[in-house]
Amino acid sequence: MALTAFLRNVRVLQILAQILFVLLLALAAGFLYANVTTNLGRQGLTVGYDFITNPASFDIGESYIPYEPSDSYGRALLVGLVNTLVLSVLGIIFTTVVGIIAGIARLSSNWLISKLAAAYVGVIRNTPLIIQLMFWYFGIVLQLPPVREAVALPGSIFLTQRGVYLPKFDPTPTVESWRVFIWIALVSIALIWFLFRLIQNRPGQLIPLWAYLAYIVVPVLILWIGFVIQPEPPLKENLPVLTGLNFRGGLRSTPEFTALLFGLVVYTGAFIAEIVRAGIQAVSGGQVEAALSLGLTRPQALRLIIFPQALRIIIPPLTSQYLNLAKNSSLAIAIGYPDLFSIAGTVINQTGATIEVIVIMMLSYLSMSLFTSLLMNIYNSRMRLVER
Amino acid sequence: MTAVEMPPLRHSVSPLAWLRKNLFSTWYNVLLTILALGLLYALLHPALHWARTEARWGVIAANLTLFMVGQYPRDQLWRVWLSIFLLGALLGLSWGIWKNAARGFALIALGAGLAFALIGLLLNSNVWINWLLAVALLIGFYALGRILPIGRRFLVTLSWLLYFPLVILLIAGSRFIPFLSPVSSNAWGGLLLTLMITIIGNVASLPLGIFLALGRRSKLPIVRYFSIGYIELIRGVPLVTVLFMVSLLVPLFLPLDVRPPDAVIRAIIGFILFEAAYQAENVRGGLQAVPRGQYEAAQALGLSGPLTMAWIILPQALRVVIPAIFNSFISLFKDTSLVAIIGLFDVLRVGRSVLAQSEWLGTHREVFLFAFFIYWGFNMAFTYGSRRMEEAMGVGRR
Repeated sequence: MALTAFLRNVRVLQILAQILFVLLLALAAGFLYANVTTNLGRQGLTVGYDFITNPASFDIGESYIPYEPSDSYGRALLVGLVNTLVLSVLGIIFTTVVGIIAGIARLSSNWLISKLAAAYVGVIRNTPLIIQLMFWYFGIVLQLPPVREAVALPGSIFLTQRGVYLPKFDPTPTVESWRVFIWIALVSIALIWFLFRLIQNRPGQLIPLWAYLAYIVVPVLILWIGFVIQPEPPLKENLPVLTGLNFRGGLRSTPEFTALLFGLVVYTGAFIAEIVRAGIQAVSGGQVEAALSLGLTRPQALRLIIFPQALRIIIPPLTSQYLNLAKNSSLAIAIGYPDLFSIAGTVINQTGATIEVIVIMMLSYLSMSLFTSLLMNIYNSRMRLVER
Repeated sequence: MTAVEMPPLRHSVSPLAWLRKNLFSTWYNVLLTILALGLLYALLHPALHWARTEARWGVIAANLTLFMVGQYPRDQLWRVWLSIFLLGALLGLSWGIWKNAARGFALIALGAGLAFALIGLLLNSNVWINWLLAVALLIGFYALGRILPIGRRFLVTLSWLLYFPLVILLIAGSRFIPFLSPVSSNAWGGLLLTLMITIIGNVASLPLGIFLALGRRSKLPIVRYFSIGYIELIRGVPLVTVLFMVSLLVPLFLPLDVRPPDAVIRAIIGFILFEAAYQAENVRGGLQAVPRGQYEAAQALGLSGPLTMAWIILPQALRVVIPAIFNSFISLFKDTSLVAIIGLFDVLRVGRSVLAQSEWLGTHREVFLFAFFIYWGFNMAFTYGSRRMEEAMGVGRR
């Protein structure tokens, strides 16, 4: 009697169910673990991270940190992670710009512009990224003219089948003394921002649009003073110059990196465009009317009423697009850019440490994702509607 | 007072006025229009010139069968055709019965069938007869559907449920059916492989996704945290890594005496595990949309927890998520192209093997553009069909 009552108690049932669930999980895990150890034992392998310090002895095409084939496997994986990060960060910056422009273009009153933007979004969103990447890489970047007949764009940019050559700026010995001015300029920007906030927070105060020029004028003025005091510039431009069979100097973006960055930016930009368009359209028309009836001009209404509210709607889906871009950068392997995924594949091939490397790889992507969502969540909670 | 119903005012716009309003309304719009036209010319002129003169489209025509079915045995192709005929018949029947809901898909299929027949004729291939037959079946069964008594209509729903397993059986074959010799999944290729992965992946990931979504809303903390952990882990890593992991780890996880499944099956497992996490989030959205009153009403009627879920909540929740499920179908269809990375012969990989043939060297653009258009055309058609269906079913409005 007491036992039946005990077993009919909802709380007891819940605990029993959970114990059962844990048991099943443990059973499955134990079964898999036993299989893995017997299988690995057969191949004479053990699970462990000892391999990580062994020399990798393979070459990596491009790297942002010093790397030699004699470096360890751990270092090789780090190179891959840094390559992925560089690609993702640059991609996120560019794709935001592309996406916002395309999203606004879709809402343009100009029929041609809005149709062009719609076509871009429709075509790009409906085809797989990997095909786009292959098209950009094999079909466009590798079909660019050879180095000697490089396509020269204004500003010393050269498009060749060996990659894109860009001007770069090298520090000169005076960079130390210049640091002071650069800091003062940065602080001045922060001060202007703070000042504008103070003014705008007072009722009835509106900063005229031209005043925002201060953000440019003041730092430039400070740097100009810097020039008067220290005439030697802190950076010297380093232009790519065709010498013999190749370009010397400048910054080279490899064909793989160029195609990958371009492909990721174009692909993600189409998704962001839709998000931006939806966000702006979601702000109700009454808001514009209310703003206009309060005496704001149309650009003011757009800047002060529509955009802040649209941003609130845009940020959460935008975050997932940023995450998608970072995750999609793993398609780099299709065109041979040495990102984390492709280097992990090489390491697995060489060491046979399948599980260990997969764990490292998964954890790296996961922490990248979690870190990005954390940043965007902080931003989101700052922008969120403050309800009464 | 009587209300007089007036037709809405219609004003016709002269082309010139249209141009002024839509292209040249302000000085910056004039500038933008000119810029856009210049950009279009700069892009389209060389592209069209290339497509008309330099491009060697022969690479597509010569390898079309390879692109469609890969290495599927050529003497077994009748199974693929049979699947297409059955699809045509079923679509026609559904169109006849449900009219609006299936019209979008049926019209698309009709147009596509006719277009393929025309392409077959142009390429001097015999397939045009097959495509015309499929179209004829579609129209014939449409007529049949119009006269089918209402009481028999559930049979059509049943046939749709049977259709997908049947197609899988047809394509894969079985040792136990004499005229359907097994075709190893390693021989599946091209568009056929893509579609098989998409269909199996979607159909199989939905139940798993429902369980995960229910688990995420469960009152039992261990079940809840397990579901959250699984969903967030999968959503936090790229699909390729999941595919890669499954294809490498499944052989390790199986007992020694079990033969590891083929690469295609492993890829499908990877897709199911991956897609389930996303389906779970879709379903969770639907579950949240069901008002509390529904739970309370079910409880008041004396239904138990599981029965409430199965008969009251899930039917309403799943109805809400139909658009989201269609969207995952499209995104899974696009994502199948990643199997090329783990070495399966989908459209893309077939394309790369074609590019390695000596006579078609350097036809990268043609091949990738073709693959591009396959995906684009399929997705546009599917989007159109599903949107018509959602409208007809009143999803999201009722």
